[in-house]
Amino acid sequence: MEDGRPIFLQIAELLENSILDGTLAEEGQVPSTNELAAFHRINPATAAKGVNKLVDDGTLYKKRGIGMFVSAGARAKLRGRRRDEFARQYVQPLLAEARKLGIDPAELKHMIDTWEETR
Amino acid sequence: MSPVVVTVADLTKRYGDVTALDGVSFSLGENRIYGLLGRNGAGKTTLMQILTAQQFATSGEVAVFGQHPYENESVLSRISFIKESQTYPSNLRVHHVLRAASLVHPRWNEELAQQLVDDFRLPPRRNVRKLSRGMLSALGIIVGLASRAPLTFFDEPYLGLDAVARQIFYDRLLADFTEHPRTIVLSTHLIDEVSDLIEHVLLIDKGRLLLDVEAEALRGQVLTVAGPVAAVDEFARTGAELHRALLGGTARATVRGDFGPADHDRARALGLDLEASSLQDIVVRLTTATNGSAPSTPGVTRKEVLR
Repeated sequence: MEDGRPIFLQIAELLENSILDGTLAEEGQVPSTNELAAFHRINPATAAKGVNKLVDDGTLYKKRGIGMFVSAGARAKLRGRRRDEFARQYVQPLLAEARKLGIDPAELKHMIDTWEETR
Repeated sequence: MSPVVVTVADLTKRYGDVTALDGVSFSLGENRIYGLLGRNGAGKTTLMQILTAQQFATSGEVAVFGQHPYENESVLSRISFIKESQTYPSNLRVHHVLRAASLVHPRWNEELAQQLVDDFRLPPRRNVRKLSRGMLSALGIIVGLASRAPLTFFDEPYLGLDAVARQIFYDRLLADFTEHPRTIVLSTHLIDEVSDLIEHVLLIDKGRLLLDVEAEALRGQVLTVAGPVAAVDEFARTGAELHRALLGGTARATVRGDFGPADHDRARALGLDLEASSLQDIVVRLTTATNGSAPSTPGVTRKEVLR
């Protein structure tokens, strides 16, 4: 786990990523908090907090006595939320670095447009 | 917080004119893993010795399971204390030590003990005198885990243990804690290795309690920013500065504050490089800043940091 952010947020994000890329299907069962704790070598209370965050926001739901499952429609909802964060997380630092290097917006746009071809 | 297992109020311990513990107060909750951190001589072992009735307090109050621990069978039978460099009567073999431990710990689990003997590759019939330093540490760890005591202390339990054996310890600790929750106090200098396991941090320095905080709450709260002095100054104003180094017009400052994603954005907008400190870095910073012996840098502001 990385140092900069609470582990429970990182656990929640890892589960979100698995839902976004389809590793965890909607209506599919999610690993238990004990399994998550053992796999990531973290405190079980912290793993539980990460899972509960996703229960609270409706991404996961609890079947009593069975475990946690991915809610129907969770994937589309997560995708919408992540798109909102995309600009802040990726576009903003991109523009800041470009400015520092004297790359103007037109040149940056050209780099993005032709990136696939130049690889 | 979960039900309280240990309460310590204004605890002070003096050895002659040395003050080992200086007005320490805190409590430990049920079924949690605590990291008891601090430099050598900070007072960690003294604290654990008082909680386990192996030392008398000079002043202050201690309650373990709501009672005074001294010569109190109902309290002591629920405690397991694994000391650094534990010694055993030299005529005992490994299996004798385990048998003796099973007699004094009512919740002893023999199956777990045997599993751990295999995991750590301990020769059960070997005389304890002939065990290597690492094997002796492994024996202590086995006693600590297999006792399944509701309150378990591990005081630097792994002198001489290699990295593989330490990882076995962490994995078995976590697995057994998950199935059989209890209160565990882990005192260690290998902070990076345990930082993901501990739920709560107690940091002691020079006999005083410097931190009593959830481990998660510390994550991201101490940031190191580097860049032009003016930009560092501006960012540092939003928290308590713990350390600063200067190189020409560039500064690097470690700042503690209630930081979130917006602050990360702010640092980047100021053109600063940003790095979050690990728990180990935080402990080093806090215990260096208060002991006064750190190499001083011109212009450094040291602020007293408490909770």
